[in-house]
Amino acid sequence: MEWSFLLVQALSGLASASSLFVIASGLTIVFGVTRIVNFAHGSFYMLGAYLAVTIVPWLLEFDRSPTLFFAGVLASALAVGALGVVMEVLLLRRIYRVPELFQLLATFGVVLIVQDLVLLVWGPVDIPGPRAPGLRHGVYILDQRFPAYELFLIFVGPTVLALLWLLMHRTRFGVLIRAATQDREMVGALGVNQAMLFTGTLFLGAALAGLGGALQIPRVSASAQMDLSIITEAFVVTVIGGMGSVPGAFVAALLIGLLQAFGVLVFPKITLVLVFLLMAAVLVVKPWGLFGKPEAAAGRAVLPEGILDPRPLDLAGKVLAGVALLALLALPLVDAYAVKVGTEVLILALAAFSLNFLVGNGGIVSFGHAAYFGLGAYGAGLLVTKAGLPMEPALVAAPIVGGAFAALFGFFVVRLSGIYLAMLTLAFAQIAYAVVFQWVEVTGGDNGLVGVWPSRWAASREVYHYLTAALTVAAIIFLRRVIHAPFGATLRAARDSAQRADAIGVDVRTHRWLGFTLAGAAAGLAGGLYAFSKGSIDPTLLGIPLSVDFLSMILLGGIQSVLGPVAGAAAFHAVKDFFMPLTDHWRLFLGLSIIAMVLVFPRGLAGAWASLRRRPA
Amino acid sequence: MTLLAAEGLTKRFGGVLAAKDVTFALNAGEMLAIIGPNGAGKSTTFNMVGGQLKPDGGRVTLAGQEVTGMPPREVCRLGVGRTFQVAQTFLSFTVLGNVQMALIAHHGQTRKLLADAAAMHRDAALALLDRVGMAAQADRPVGELAYGDVKRVELAIALAAAPRLLLMDEPTAGMAPAERAALMALVAGIARSEGIGVLFTEHDMDAVFAHADRILVLVRGEIIARGTPEEVRADPEVQRVYLGHSGTRAAARARRAAHG
Repeated sequence: MEWSFLLVQALSGLASASSLFVIASGLTIVFGVTRIVNFAHGSFYMLGAYLAVTIVPWLLEFDRSPTLFFAGVLASALAVGALGVVMEVLLLRRIYRVPELFQLLATFGVVLIVQDLVLLVWGPVDIPGPRAPGLRHGVYILDQRFPAYELFLIFVGPTVLALLWLLMHRTRFGVLIRAATQDREMVGALGVNQAMLFTGTLFLGAALAGLGGALQIPRVSASAQMDLSIITEAFVVTVIGGMGSVPGAFVAALLIGLLQAFGVLVFPKITLVLVFLLMAAVLVVKPWGLFGKPEAAAGRAVLPEGILDPRPLDLAGKVLAGVALLALLALPLVDAYAVKVGTEVLILALAAFSLNFLVGNGGIVSFGHAAYFGLGAYGAGLLVTKAGLPMEPALVAAPIVGGAFAALFGFFVVRLSGIYLAMLTLAFAQIAYAVVFQWVEVTGGDNGLVGVWPSRWAASREVYHYLTAALTVAAIIFLRRVIHAPFGATLRAARDSAQRADAIGVDVRTHRWLGFTLAGAAAGLAGGLYAFSKGSIDPTLLGIPLSVDFLSMILLGGIQSVLGPVAGAAAFHAVKDFFMPLTDHWRLFLGLSIIAMVLVFPRGLAGAWASLRRRPA
Repeated sequence: MTLLAAEGLTKRFGGVLAAKDVTFALNAGEMLAIIGPNGAGKSTTFNMVGGQLKPDGGRVTLAGQEVTGMPPREVCRLGVGRTFQVAQTFLSFTVLGNVQMALIAHHGQTRKLLADAAAMHRDAALALLDRVGMAAQADRPVGELAYGDVKRVELAIALAAAPRLLLMDEPTAGMAPAERAALMALVAGIARSEGIGVLFTEHDMDAVFAHADRILVLVRGEIIARGTPEEVRADPEVQRVYLGHSGTRAAARARRAAHG
């Protein structure tokens, strides 16, 4: 390999690093002040690109000058900043005090809404942007041609860093941002106008995301998939750098940009995996990232959001559970479509229940639970299609595969807590997704695999429905038993006070790891059953949207309730099944519903049922 | 017999020497208080004994066995119960459930998947709650209790491990004066009747001078005086840097009130 080639490779790594930093700096500043991890940051990036491909060509009609090009880019960034203000005023200021799971979900609701709005305004076709006047040529570096625009991008990152430094150290607003990042309560106590500070921070953060997106238009077309792909990378950068640290984000972006540029030479297919491995390694050594600080412990103990004191079902609860079970078993009397939906509800109920075993019972907020569901499905599917095994051993393998990967990823996950833990589960899920997506020879890539059919005896919809019912109900009853057993109680104890659990002799980390593995195995079983019910598998079974669906189910059912997630899965799936064919704007509807649930209905169906029961007759 | 021995414990946080060559011993059934102004290194010393912090130098032995640097859960299994400056309980559990959980952990049953946790060790847990005067509130959620009662529940949790040694970091912090005296009398009674050693830090001089058998005075990470309450109270250096004159008189009053 020639030196000139390596140099060019390094330069293109620096260009990506620079772009990544501009975006991630906004995310990390917003997190530092508001303590909210803003999923919609990726949407701001996407909006920046879409606005730029609209505004910039219009401006260039007047005069093809670099000035107008960059004026258009800046205008796009400022417009996105204004959208950030809208989001802060309408949504974020209502959720600063709710648990982080709810914050993450609410901002993900915004992601869904923006996706549909972008399609509505700009249509489904990718829109290429104009090239930058004056920077369209290539520069020759040691005989290698290198685009001038990329060279320009390399300087954008350090410039933004310098400007942010000036802002943070030379202006009152910046000093307040730094103060709030260190101690939000104290800044409030000093009489600072918090509302203005938070709104201003969102403007800055969103504008940086918009700038990052607008600067990309000469390189990549604006497309509706930009948001989720960039947000995971931005998460990784902020987590590695330390959440809230701008210099940390800069260093992390450099590391990742260079790792990707050179990683692609050595492992062309798994650059994404390398990035996440770097993140896992950093978090194991420095759990709060390179430049991050541990979260200050809450001054007073608060009741955790989750399952409190599980009690045996009372008579009404038993009747309700019995009726629901009988109804599911009687579905074959209705029609084939009802059976199909019923089978899916059972499978999703198990997946949701296993997720709430972690979230509600263990306080372990997993944002990538679909990974174990999907890996179980792929484990079973590959055994059938590639190894030629029948359904029975494949269904045994599904929970083993799900559990094994949960054990592997969980080993790192349980070392962290709170928002870092959620980010790491998300990162691992994205690794799994990327591997399944890119390893075309084995997994079939984007198209997935077909021909995952049940054995002959279980081939009819009705028989498969009963098989699914037997396995999922047994698994749910087992997990429910575990919640009431010492192991489940120990997970709740560790959630309430890890310090106290440690002091009574509990190995907190090991118990959380075992719990994570058990939940992964249950999700794997659900995934295996799902594969055979569809006859096919594809990478969406591991994707973030499905993980969010699971979270929405437990939120809808009520995370403080043991059996609520089952009801939540049924309600969620029924509504989705009914509405999705009726509307082109399912995501808009789902996003608005998630936000509505977080704002007005945070205890879910089980909470509504409980308050109904408590009402005097 | 020496239950707990700390030899030359040293801990540095950056440039600050939080504990320097701290050496002391504690016998079974004895109550040893560590006092000193804020930032003297009391909690640091305490956390090095309990396993929450690893010392930079020195060693800790429990009944002759070295426990230096062991994590808290292992220190606990060797018979050390612990209470915290801000009471740590399992907020989502009932009072009874908290003690049951501690007993489940003590019996190594935390990995059981099928037993009914709510039915385990009920009687033993109730007996422990009875000892701290909380049996009547067994079924209430611990989050509803007054803070003084939470501290009693925390004591029952610590006793569930059948400890030889109790580590109590400011046991009466945040409590009303009447509650403080009652809690310290309760601890002293349990310690004496069962031969449990108690190491505690405390800002409340009434609690210290009324119940401690011996006192260590820590200032800027170093022990500047040690001895019986009378000796410490009379020590001119202690009077100068910590107690002051009114504090010395208060200490004498507290001692008389408790012992007549």
